[in-house]
Amino acid sequence: MSETNFASAEDKMFARVEAGMKRRRAAEKRFQWYGRCAVALGLTFLVVLFVSIVSNGYTAFWQTRVTLDVTLDASVIDPQGSRDPEVLRAADYGGLIKATLRDMFPDVTGRRDRFALYGLISNGAAFDLRDRVLANPQLIGTTVSLSVAADDDVDMLMKGHIDRDGAEADRRIKDNQLGWIDQLQADGRLERVFNLDFFANGDSRDPELAGIRGALMGSVFTLVVTLALSFPLAVAAAVYLEEFAPKNRWTDLIEVNINNLAAVPSIVFGLLGLAVFINFFTLPRSAPLVGGLVLTLMTLPTIIIASRASLKSVPPSIREGALGVGASPMQAVMYHVLPLAMPGMLTGTIIGMAQALGETAPLLMIGMVAFIADVPNGVFDPSTVLPVQIYLWADSPERAYVEKTSAAILVLLLFLATMNAVAVLLRRRFERRW
Amino acid sequence: MEAQASHLMASGGPSHRAVGADLGGGTYDRAHRGTVGEIRVEVPRMRCTKVNVHYGDKHAIHDVSLDVGKNEVLAMIGPSGCGKSTFLRCLNRMNDTVASCRVTGEILLDGKDIMAPEVDVVPLRARVGMVFQKPNPLTFPKSIFENVAFGPRIHGLVQTRAELEEVVVTSLQKANLWEEVKDRLNDPGTGLSGGQQQRLCIARAIAIQPEVILMDEPCSALDPISTAKIEQLIDELRRQFSICIVTHSMQQAARVSQRTAYFHLGDLIEVGDTDQIFVKPQHQLTEDYITGRFG
Amino acid sequence: MNQTALLVVLLLTLSSLAYHFGRKRAFAVSGGRIRTLHSLPAYYGLYSALWSILPALAVTAIWLAMQDSVITGMVVAALPPDLSGLEPARLNLLLNDIRNLVAGNIVSSQPSADVLAAADRYRSLQGTSGFALFTTALGLAAAGAWFGYSRIRPEYRSRNAVERTVMWVLIGCSTIAILTTVGIVLSVLFESIRFFHAVPVTDFLFGLDWSPQIAIRADQAGSSGAFGAVPLFAGTMLITLIAMVVAVPIGLMSAIYLAEYASARMRSIAKPLLEVLAGIPTVVYGFFAALMVAPFIRDSGALFGLDIASESAMAAGLVMGVMIIPFVSSLSDDVINAVPQSLRDGAYGMGATQSETIRRVIFPAALPGIVGAVLLAVSRAIGETMIVVMAAGLAAKLTANPFEAVTTVTVQIVTLLVGDQEFDSPKTLAAFALGLLLFFVTLVLNVFALYIVRKYREQYE
Repeated sequence: MSETNFASAEDKMFARVEAGMKRRRAAEKRFQWYGRCAVALGLTFLVVLFVSIVSNGYTAFWQTRVTLDVTLDASVIDPQGSRDPEVLRAADYGGLIKATLRDMFPDVTGRRDRFALYGLISNGAAFDLRDRVLANPQLIGTTVSLSVAADDDVDMLMKGHIDRDGAEADRRIKDNQLGWIDQLQADGRLERVFNLDFFANGDSRDPELAGIRGALMGSVFTLVVTLALSFPLAVAAAVYLEEFAPKNRWTDLIEVNINNLAAVPSIVFGLLGLAVFINFFTLPRSAPLVGGLVLTLMTLPTIIIASRASLKSVPPSIREGALGVGASPMQAVMYHVLPLAMPGMLTGTIIGMAQALGETAPLLMIGMVAFIADVPNGVFDPSTVLPVQIYLWADSPERAYVEKTSAAILVLLLFLATMNAVAVLLRRRFERRW
Repeated sequence: MEAQASHLMASGGPSHRAVGADLGGGTYDRAHRGTVGEIRVEVPRMRCTKVNVHYGDKHAIHDVSLDVGKNEVLAMIGPSGCGKSTFLRCLNRMNDTVASCRVTGEILLDGKDIMAPEVDVVPLRARVGMVFQKPNPLTFPKSIFENVAFGPRIHGLVQTRAELEEVVVTSLQKANLWEEVKDRLNDPGTGLSGGQQQRLCIARAIAIQPEVILMDEPCSALDPISTAKIEQLIDELRRQFSICIVTHSMQQAARVSQRTAYFHLGDLIEVGDTDQIFVKPQHQLTEDYITGRFG
Repeated sequence: MNQTALLVVLLLTLSSLAYHFGRKRAFAVSGGRIRTLHSLPAYYGLYSALWSILPALAVTAIWLAMQDSVITGMVVAALPPDLSGLEPARLNLLLNDIRNLVAGNIVSSQPSADVLAAADRYRSLQGTSGFALFTTALGLAAAGAWFGYSRIRPEYRSRNAVERTVMWVLIGCSTIAILTTVGIVLSVLFESIRFFHAVPVTDFLFGLDWSPQIAIRADQAGSSGAFGAVPLFAGTMLITLIAMVVAVPIGLMSAIYLAEYASARMRSIAKPLLEVLAGIPTVVYGFFAALMVAPFIRDSGALFGLDIASESAMAAGLVMGVMIIPFVSSLSDDVINAVPQSLRDGAYGMGATQSETIRRVIFPAALPGIVGAVLLAVSRAIGETMIVVMAAGLAAKLTANPFEAVTTVTVQIVTLLVGDQEFDSPKTLAAFALGLLLFFVTLVLNVFALYIVRKYREQYE
């Protein structure tokens, strides 16, 4: 074979390669585009999700309030003049509010119209008034200026969620009510303030009174139980498995179990909680204690896996050094390895807690889904948690609850973001390269 | 020797000063770097001029100029980390896949600059094939047949199944593997022995008829018998291809190559006919390396 | 419960006393020459403290766990026969009344004299039990402390004893995982067996009709209830399928893009952002699906004259898919990065383009791992609850039309168990049978997927 032959063979080959290049470059470009589109789609979903929740929810942090000048008629509140708190508590404050409204709109007559008028003010107004009087009985007999929450429909109207120009039949605010609202607004009696109620109140059937305090406290109690149980258990389990466990069938079984539990649907843990903690151990339903127990079992695998990884990253030289100066294996682990692994374990724990904070399904099983207006005071009080509150509100038909739900989601996401940020910071701060 | 050094000055340009004055010194002065010996050949397949490679801040290759002749085996030797593999990977721009790696200088293939930004690496690599240190038969496609067919298929070199089969068979024959695998073309390539796998990789490389084959320590993971087979194969392939081989083994370089280049700490120290380099190295460093004083 | 807290505090005080004195005694017996002791003095203290607290705590725990059922049993036994002979459900209500009376809560109706007497009895039994527990636990603690204390001698290997105990505690903690699994299996299995006494297994697994409402009166329509779970499986599969159709291509392609093409900068931004999707609680996705996506799909369908249910499988499936994207992409990312560089080099060295390398070499090589990742994602989709509870329907329908409302296994578990639970009716028990099935299916998927992924990793290690 001569050299020229080769050259021509090469050229022929090369021509073929070149011929295919246009198609292949196009395919390359197309493939890259698929990838770019996939990433873009994923990020778009994220943006849409956040935008829709923020745009629905941010208004819930404001509230429409009506200023009423209520005359605290002594003959209604305390006819005997005893100033007995029991009497003061039982007085008809709702009647006073209604009377005030009647005075403000004297030309409203007829049961139905008056009813519509009263409907502008939240049912909670009477309680506000009562608390005010109880705190300061001297007010009786005077006229006080009281800022009370407007009804949720009024609030929705002010926030633009109710179309003024829609057909009256489809509107939750009727024409006559619109007129009164306009008048209130003209008098400067309507104001928009930061919605403190949302953070101070428990759940309520009245959207304008409903707040997340109860759910938040429920979440706090549940998480405290979860943390108090899962952290020591997980660390102990991780230390045993990583540092002391012999390699045998039993530890293999434990390992397989941990990996599988991490992937078991959360609702199954709820069934476990229902059957074991509530039916068998007769612990109270709806209590953060049971919620915490269930979430402990659920987050344990996560924390154990993270803790083991953290222990694994401590170099053997630390152990050997401790053993070399005469420490027992237990002492080497407890005094030398564990402190070094602790930041990683804490990071894993925070991530596990964030997971527990967002969990809903298993808590439905153990009755944390009841309507509970009172703010819980301990781990045995019936309560709900933030995600379950979101679920409950999402199920409520009133438009105002959509706003509340979104706002509660924002609060929940804020907590989760904070926890994750702490975990990331912790990891950065203590990340060590050995 | 003096004559050669001055010849070098003429061909290598002003920066390629000979370091004749330092030859006896034994210590290597970085300020007086340059290459001893004839870096150019009469009929080059590839011609590199002032190639520099940076990995991030690290300057891995300094001003290397070197020709690869047609139908020759060029061996690159030198201690670990001397840059011989990095330089080899410049020749088909494999360094492009390393994010932090930056290559400058001029590399001509048949007179055309392959470093130009508009040059597509895909057809380039079809012309400059590569065989790696660790035999890496593709796990997918798995079979011996498909491993060899991979190149012709992706480059669209064949139109029919018959053509493809012919290419595969010829390539396997050229790689001296045909007799050993002809009955099990559909078995996975990973089932072969290390030496067979490496010959499979060579077959895969020659299936697309490249002009140059780069071999990065192709025998370092193999036993002596497999190594001998590959060396014999390299000698046969020389008739058709230009081959650059990076090797740790000086004996291997002496056995298979016509020219040898000695690299040291990113510099090309000495180039010359293999016989001359191993018998009469001109540079102190080359001599130290060859006589086993380090490396 | 405050009593319990008090008891625990007392026990802790006792044990810290034991620690203190144990340590002191160690100093004393060594005659001031600590080197003659086998262990450090603190270990002698710990040794006494452990002896003091562990038995007492164990007894307390067992006591508290048993207390309620024992007292209840005694109260029921003392009830007049017309009350103690009540059927279980009524008896439970009665017991609830009694417990409420004991706790001082308001009860549903005016309690009868018998009930009041029972409540009194309950209260007094509780008092007795509490007192007995206090004396027993404290006595045990003291005895334990004394025992530990008395064994302190210089040559006694207290460190080994303490470490042995700690080791047992560690082992105990590590078995929690096994106990949890056993607990899950037993709790769902036990109730499921009761369910299968009422409804044959074959009816459950192969029945085509699901309507678990049991009528109050026997003569009402559908009074028997139908427990054919096939429509639930079908609904679950339909929604899972939609989720996978969304999640697998997007997750996989974005993993490939971020691993192989994206610049380091883009990767460092896009990857954590995508992972945010995984950190969002499912209830948020449920809300999003029910209030944003479902109406959107229905309205867009109406534009084309399609009649789409407002609780369509599509809405739930789409949103679930979005939720699973980061799951698929981060698992695939691991898998893709595990493909050895030599394979890539092999393909690039032959002149394959990047996409050819990915499609023909990396993807097939990573396929087992990717299949494992997808199986894990499927298992997750099957077990996902909140999205479907909020966005999918309640009515069981056997359909493959993604625009119709379907229901899933998890939705039914929630509906059957939220609200009144009667553990003697198949309606409530059915939830456990569904739970058993769910656990079993996801377990098989997980074990299989983890096995594949592990085998895959080993291949390249």
